[in-house]
Amino acid sequence: MTYVDLKDIRVSYDGKNNILKDLNLSIEKGELVSLLGPSGCGKTTTLRVIAGLIEPNDGDFVVDNKNLTRVPVHKRNFGMVFQSYALFPHLTVKENVGFGLKLRKEDKTTMNPKIQDILEVTGLAELGDRYPKQLSGGQRQRVALARALVIEPKLLLLDEPLSNLDAKLRVQMRIEIKRIQRKLGITSVFVTHDQEECFSISDRVAVMNNGIIEQFDTPEEIYNRPKTEFVARFIGFENFFNLTKQGEKTYTTSEGHMLKTSQSWDDTKLVATIRPDDINILPKGTEQDTNMIPGKVVVRTFLGKSYQYEVETNVGKILVNGPKETAYSSGEELLLQFPEEKLILV
Amino acid sequence: MRKQRGLSIISMLVFAFLIIPMIIIVVTSFGENPSIQFPIQGFTFDWYLNVFETNSLIQSFFLSIQISMIATILALLVGIPAAYALARYSVKGRDILKSFFLSPAMIPGVVIGYALFQFIVIQFQMPIFQGLLLGHFLISLPYIIRVVGSSLEQLDFSIEEVAWTLGCTRVRAFVKIVLPNIQAGIFASFMLAFINSFNNIPVSQFLSGPGVTALPTSLMNYIEYNYDPTVSALSVLLMVGTVILMYIIEKTLGLASIS
Ligand SMILES: Nc1ncnc2c1ncn2[C@@H]1O[C@H](COP(=O)(O)OP(=O)(O)O)[C@@H](O)[C@H]1O
Ligand SMILES: [Mg+2]
Repeated sequence: MTYVDLKDIRVSYDGKNNILKDLNLSIEKGELVSLLGPSGCGKTTTLRVIAGLIEPNDGDFVVDNKNLTRVPVHKRNFGMVFQSYALFPHLTVKENVGFGLKLRKEDKTTMNPKIQDILEVTGLAELGDRYPKQLSGGQRQRVALARALVIEPKLLLLDEPLSNLDAKLRVQMRIEIKRIQRKLGITSVFVTHDQEECFSISDRVAVMNNGIIEQFDTPEEIYNRPKTEFVARFIGFENFFNLTKQGEKTYTTSEGHMLKTSQSWDDTKLVATIRPDDINILPKGTEQDTNMIPGKVVVRTFLGKSYQYEVETNVGKILVNGPKETAYSSGEELLLQFPEEKLILV
Repeated sequence: MRKQRGLSIISMLVFAFLIIPMIIIVVTSFGENPSIQFPIQGFTFDWYLNVFETNSLIQSFFLSIQISMIATILALLVGIPAAYALARYSVKGRDILKSFFLSPAMIPGVVIGYALFQFIVIQFQMPIFQGLLLGHFLISLPYIIRVVGSSLEQLDFSIEEVAWTLGCTRVRAFVKIVLPNIQAGIFASFMLAFINSFNNIPVSQFLSGPGVTALPTSLMNYIEYNYDPTVSALSVLLMVGTVILMYIIEKTLGLASIS
């Protein structure tokens, strides 16, 4: 059942260009949903609309069947974690975390255990009396998280919370966030431009481009079956070329090579794509079969775990990764085989 | 190497040029001769006593303190919200507005004094005291807006937004989150504006009347009739006071925060 619902949200900062263009997004209770997309596509703007920091020009924002579109930010009770952490420099960790509870006029006897609990959960129990500038990046991150969580928010909003941490800590913190989110069962929206981070943490991913959501699916579904060219490119597909439909699951390239796919697609989708890893390389002269395209190596690059070849074919340049046991040299002719189940049409 | 020596000689000269008049003033304040002389003959503290016995000077001193204090506080009350609005909202005429608020710093004080005298005191019959206050308010405002504005610009506004998400109204977030974090800037701007207002001559010169004369004006009047070291003594006292204030600023925020 839908818990959070964004309906035809439109946002324009200058009254001319729409930054969000009739954006729709439905999130279920307890889910962790990521907004994934390149910088400038409107992720932060979407999150700020949800938080109530921006009022949309059009559209409705509903949580738990209540329309909150015009409810001001301070009455929404959502926890938010900013990219810069935004800790209050003049307050200690405890005071930072307790800030929201104090505003709710909570009694000391119920407030202190709550603060203590959340400090335990976020691994800050020892640091309560420190000031933000005495903390490391990871610790600041935890304080920001604790401060957002202690008010028992209806929604947790995180705007690229890990982007200021180094790579190792980032992996550690995302597992931590996932664990806490699961434990508290709190509905969350997580903004990121990092594909791996997003796939590892999310129940569902909304891939955004230019103010709209291109695809909203589970990470597996997005990884295996991107629906648009943009999504495919964004998550690492290469090798885009045109196909003409011949029959059910059968297509031909512009040069007449027959390609089969394992799934059927609607008629309009006529661009094929495949990841460099998913193409098989066969020596020239192998028995011609379907899903084979001949080509000639142009450039070979050593990637460590494999070789990458740029292969000239009559559907254009194709990037292929081949095992490092057999190295083809540039100029060599070979056959590329596109496994049916790996060929995606967008 | 040669070049550096040349530079240090120049800076020594500049320093000497700045410091020598002050030394002369300090020295002359102790001279026994009833007219200002350098070098001095004899040594006395009489002129310092005379400062406290000259009614017009003492009266003006307290008037100046009062005027500068009230004007600076009023300027804070207007200037802090104005600086906040200028830093926070990208309103259309922002640059024009900024120049407008800062304009008293660019207009010669004589002009402000004369304009106030002409229109406020003569035309609208406003009492001198209020006129003086208004003038000093005007010359203080730009300092407040500039110094508070620069501390606001260094403040990460997301801490305010976080406070809103935690349940703060805008006013409350301003008081509980913004103000504590620009305290240093507010204090520095207060000190600067206060000292500037206290020392100001051009505005005060036009706005004086019976019993309402700012200290710098009184001092000039005094010199016209008595060329004795009382003036030097008073100057030394003021210098000491200013140095103490500056020391407090330096100790609490560092001088860098005001330049
Ligand atoms: N306050 C603002 N005023 C004007 N334009 C803005 C503002 N904030 C963001 N934008 C513009 O809106 C677009 C989307 O920004 P944003 O939502 O921050 O993207 P993302 O978080 O995906 O990087 C960008 O083109 C950005 O320049
Ligand atoms: Mg962003």
